[in-house]
Amino acid sequence: MSRVTSAEKIAAARAEGRPALIGYLPAGFPDVETSIEAAVALAENGVDVIEMGIPYSDPVMDGAVIQEATVQALANGFRVSQIFDIVRGITQRTNAAVMVMTYWNPVLSLGVDEFARRFAEAGGAGLITPDLVPDEADEWFAASEKYDLERVFLIAPSSAEARVKRTVEASSGFVYCVSLMGVTGARSEVSSAAQAVVDAAHGAGAENACVGLGVSRREHVQEIGSYADGVIVGTALVAALRDGGVPAVGRLAAALSGRA
Amino acid sequence: MNASDDSLKHASGPYFGQYGGRWMPESLMAAMDQLTQTFEDAKADPAFIEEVKELNRNYSGRPSLLTEAKRFSAQACGGVRIFLKREDLNHTGSHKINNVLGQALLAKRMGKTRIIAETGAGQHGVASATAAALMGLECVVYMGAEDTRRQALNVARMQLLGATVIPVTVGSQTLKDAINEALRDWVANVDNTHYLLGTAAGGHPFPAMVRYFHQVIGEEAREQVLAQTGRLPDAVTACIGGGSNAIGIFHGFLDDKEVELYGYEAGGDGVDTGRHAATITLGKPGVLHGAKSYLMQDDDGQTIESHSISAGLDYPGVGPEHSYLADIGRVHYEPVTDTEAMDAFKILCRTEGILPAIESAHALAGTIRLAQRKLAEGAKPEDTIIIANLSGRGDKDVSTAAQWFGMLEDDAANTPEGN
Repeated sequence: MSRVTSAEKIAAARAEGRPALIGYLPAGFPDVETSIEAAVALAENGVDVIEMGIPYSDPVMDGAVIQEATVQALANGFRVSQIFDIVRGITQRTNAAVMVMTYWNPVLSLGVDEFARRFAEAGGAGLITPDLVPDEADEWFAASEKYDLERVFLIAPSSAEARVKRTVEASSGFVYCVSLMGVTGARSEVSSAAQAVVDAAHGAGAENACVGLGVSRREHVQEIGSYADGVIVGTALVAALRDGGVPAVGRLAAALSGRA
Repeated sequence: MNASDDSLKHASGPYFGQYGGRWMPESLMAAMDQLTQTFEDAKADPAFIEEVKELNRNYSGRPSLLTEAKRFSAQACGGVRIFLKREDLNHTGSHKINNVLGQALLAKRMGKTRIIAETGAGQHGVASATAAALMGLECVVYMGAEDTRRQALNVARMQLLGATVIPVTVGSQTLKDAINEALRDWVANVDNTHYLLGTAAGGHPFPAMVRYFHQVIGEEAREQVLAQTGRLPDAVTACIGGGSNAIGIFHGFLDDKEVELYGYEAGGDGVDTGRHAATITLGKPGVLHGAKSYLMQDDDGQTIESHSISAGLDYPGVGPEHSYLADIGRVHYEPVTDTEAMDAFKILCRTEGILPAIESAHALAGTIRLAQRKLAEGAKPEDTIIIANLSGRGDKDVSTAAQWFGMLEDDAANTPEGN
């Protein structure tokens, strides 16, 4: 099975004259099967890149909605090794690129090489690493090269020019542009800082700069899409899954992608 | 000071062997860089050094005393000479004041107007609120909801000092979750806010910086024991949660190879019960709160909730320099159970008229064990000297201790915060 990368999906969206839509859901929330169904619903409703988050005990970059969902997933018995089943379940049924968002300790615990090998075998495209910066990522560079995985690091409004450059050079697939100084969570408006972060990433040579944090509505997608290569929605989708199950996730994805 | 190549003192970070580093979100990297630069500049600035010294002397009350505990020694330690480094006598009642004054000065140097802090037992929260009041800074303290119940009087102390205390209701509702919430606050408010981390853990420069401000403990203790006994001690002991008081006193003796160093972790109900906070004893290396270090974690890398009667030791991580010192064998780390700590707590109260923090009682219990071991190995008690770091006073722990020893009426025992 050939793996679909986020770079391919973003390029395809660009060819259609639109930003790629990237949707986040926690793995194992509310249970493993439902999280696969919800991810499939994303792909069937216009989401190009699926980002599955590994529930972690200490998610310092996440706000209340995602924290509560991941706490529930862990309480329901989620185990890290199930992420590979989930990724396989999604890649077998969709043409989306499947990324995993993970805090770093679960990867370290399993072993970086072991994690990367099993993830690639499951059809995964790459990892988004919110608490791993390139400075500490030697093992991950080696493993991602070995298994041909995308490395998505983050840049923030606070990132100095030299750090933006280093992070862009270290990343592959896309660069995750944090739109504001804060944690995940839906906001009514997109931070005015977002465009400057994207401009900095492009200025440093990034081909694909995608914006996340605080994005929840179709008009946000359109607004960000005017300057960024992709738009990342998380909390709003998690809340939809929590409140309305898989059908609600499908409806919101369709609305975000402009299909509904 | 010691400039030789094999010196263990003044390790600058970011790495201590394989430990330390900066395993944290990019959003905070600019603030960590700014803090590192400000700290390095301040250390090289005689005016800053003098300002810290002046505050230590005329505000905190340093140097803290070194008190020989003769009746404690006679009753529990077979006559081995025990000296207590009296950090309990500092303003606010613990070693924590050393670090908060230094960091609050750095916050002002950076032009920040607000400090945030985490607290377990409340000692660091009270110290932070104190420094904020002294220097005219806004102060917000994150405290696990369970800890706000265990330490209700300290919550009131922080509020009296003008701080806002935010109970943290996520996760295990203890120290690690308070740190998570403080980090979330910091990400959102980093422009005007300094995160005044209270222990020698976290991403670089925190471990080396927090140790720097606590080094005074070990430097004083070394001078004092030389002055009082004419020689160095055989051993130095301290309790370890994150490990700030321990690294502070150990630092003074790291390069004195003949001085044994012992850190006592919280053994909770016992290390074979799963209910403990013995991170180095039973943990394995991982990353949490910005540093690679020993960590209590399950097979999936999920942090395990720790347990201890002592809120200040109830933390599943430990400072990275301790992990390094453990691996190279320079410091020995052992667990002390709740019961051992409370037995030592009671002995110190009755023999010396000193009410120790329950955290510090872990060091006392370890000291008793160590003294008995020394005697069993044939040491002459009068020729054996141990310094125990009495990191804080136990006024905050009166209700916990009274409950432990069954001194409270049933009603009061159910509501320790009510007295």
